[in-house]
Amino acid sequence: MSGGVDSAVAAARAADAGHDVTGVHLALARNLQTYRSGARGCCTLEDARDARRAADVIGIPFYVWDMADRFHEDVVDDFVAEYAAGRTPNPCLRCNEKIKFAAVLDRAVALGFDAVVTGHHARLGADGLLRRSVDPAKDQSYVLAVLRRDQLDRSVFPLGDSTKAQVRAEAAERGLAVAEKPDSHDICFIADGDTRRFLAERLGETPGDIVDARTGAVLGSHSGAYAYTVGQRRGLALREPAPDGRPRYVLSITPVTNTVTVGPAGMLDVTDVAADRPVWTGGPEPDGPVECEVQLRAHGEVVPATVELTGGWMLASLRRPARGVAAGQALVAYRPDPAGDVVLGSATIGSRD
Amino acid sequence: MAYMDHAATTPMLSEAIEAYVAAARDVGNASSLHAPGRRARRTVEESRERIAAALGARPSEVIFTGSGTESDNLAVKGIHWARRDRVAGRNRVIASAVEHHAVLDSVRWLEEHEGADVTWLEVDPQGRVPVRTLRAALEAAGDQATVVTAMWANNEVGTLQPVAALAALAGEAGVPFHTDAVQAVGQVPVDFAASGAAALTISGHKLGGPAGVGALLLGRDVACTPLLHGGGQERDVRSGTLDVPAIAAFAVAVETAVKTQQETAARLTALRDALVSRVRDAVPDAIYNGDPTDRLPGNAHLSFPGCEGDALLLLLDAQDIACSTGSACSAGVAQPSHVLLAMGADDDRARSSLRFTLGHTSTRADVDALVAALPGAVERARRAAAR
Repeated sequence: MSGGVDSAVAAARAADAGHDVTGVHLALARNLQTYRSGARGCCTLEDARDARRAADVIGIPFYVWDMADRFHEDVVDDFVAEYAAGRTPNPCLRCNEKIKFAAVLDRAVALGFDAVVTGHHARLGADGLLRRSVDPAKDQSYVLAVLRRDQLDRSVFPLGDSTKAQVRAEAAERGLAVAEKPDSHDICFIADGDTRRFLAERLGETPGDIVDARTGAVLGSHSGAYAYTVGQRRGLALREPAPDGRPRYVLSITPVTNTVTVGPAGMLDVTDVAADRPVWTGGPEPDGPVECEVQLRAHGEVVPATVELTGGWMLASLRRPARGVAAGQALVAYRPDPAGDVVLGSATIGSRD
Repeated sequence: MAYMDHAATTPMLSEAIEAYVAAARDVGNASSLHAPGRRARRTVEESRERIAAALGARPSEVIFTGSGTESDNLAVKGIHWARRDRVAGRNRVIASAVEHHAVLDSVRWLEEHEGADVTWLEVDPQGRVPVRTLRAALEAAGDQATVVTAMWANNEVGTLQPVAALAALAGEAGVPFHTDAVQAVGQVPVDFAASGAAALTISGHKLGGPAGVGALLLGRDVACTPLLHGGGQERDVRSGTLDVPAIAAFAVAVETAVKTQQETAARLTALRDALVSRVRDAVPDAIYNGDPTDRLPGNAHLSFPGCEGDALLLLLDAQDIACSTGSACSAGVAQPSHVLLAMGADDDRARSSLRFTLGHTSTRADVDALVAALPGAVERARRAAAR
């Protein structure tokens, strides 16, 4: 229970369904002041209080679990290391994979609980298939697609059939004070929202070149390649415009040479995507190509594609090019379905080189 | 429900509730000069006399406060401030390492914000301050010590301190001795005059009175700088309109707790010893912390190796058994107990502990319920910790 409206309503629905529900708020900051003093993020002291009050109103026990060390190692350190390696991680996805549906779930199961209930907007029905929420704007199936079968089997998402507006209305009806609380958008452990500075403090300044993808010419310099994301256009501060006057974008980041490579939009187009550490939960693992749709970043566009599992990789051939495909993000394959698009599987976008 | 957290707070005694309600129906500010004010003042003064009589103090030595925490803050900071620099350079607080946070954090605050020097008195493995440790600390301090503070009984592990010996040493050195007796009153004999202490903290809700009221017994000649300035209601050492109903109920509770102390101690000691021996039968590797005999009658503090205390608490809570990890929480996260660490326990043992505290409503059925639930809880908590 983060202290937000979604987990509060999810807990209330689980309790209404007759389950023996216990509310858990995660303390994720090692130094209790660091993440928790900011007004933003999801783990301020005020959020803990909101979560406790929601549990009181629902009438369930409530505890704070200290997951600070695990969170620091598995999410924060991983976040920094991924950027240092030239990739663009999604920490919410990693938190789901390593904390909420791993460390928390394992502890809960050992203590005698059957499942973890969260306020994620996604559907998980009796068929065991993970589907998109009925609310496309709030759908969080992308950040849950990383979950393995055994994790999904012990997960409950009571909100998948409701829109966010319905959840808020229900919270108000239930007398939950968080009904109107704004959604959190930022990375919870970067209280001021300044990711570049957060990384600079941990990775230091490492100046390097910004290079033209076609000519190899040095077009500018940067103070740390980790500050750039594939597809980024702004903030490059290049010395001179491109000969054709067109904007240039970050095409790739090469940590070994500390180089940021830029080029025209067209060079961002990708039709073949390789991703490793695949999980497949949408049925038996396929032994051939599967027609489906893929999503390549959170809230990103959906592209028709063929995916195939081979040699520990998930390979996708896109029917039309996608732009801004960044290593470290998840490739999630969906099967279109009138009852909610089904998550087939997911893997982490990387390079086979 | 098996309520085994009387050291956190204990149910109000029915006679205290009656005294509270009677006074709450009446009107009157004890500082007012008219008849209702005089009536309120009379209730306060009679309460002061009853508390003084029960605890071997003079009525003028009873200073009502808002809590045990306030009394501790007042004693430690107030006496320190009043005596600091009375001789050149005097600025040293001497405190036991196992104090309640109300004392501990007051001392740390003086250290961090007022530049106080601090001598922390180490404890033995049972949590007791050896008398020779205070003697050495006082000798080293010379004339530089402002105050010595050591609790009467530890709120976590229940160990009783050799208060009379410690107070006598401080007295010989001419340094006021404060003791936090919040957990002690009603469980062991407490006599302010006989103890030799210059200041002694008590609290309402730990002995059957209401929360939100406490007192500092402060010797008549002990200089103490106020924390709260205003009307000077309490001997000019503490300001704030007195809570007449709470004070009336507090006095009844103190009187009753002291009157029944021997009988309570005998009953709770027997119940506590049964609890400990049955828990150790059920969980053979459980460690009984503190001094096995020289401790609060109602306190059983045990470590369960391989478990996290907060996991055990959750599992027992789910079976309607209310206990405590004993240590302070920071934002809901239990911190490893400074008391156990000071006693030489490692971090794991400090985190694997539970405190069961018995009081006037405790019965054998509570112990039965605990012993029935505990082995399963320990097994689950071990599984959870092994991951």
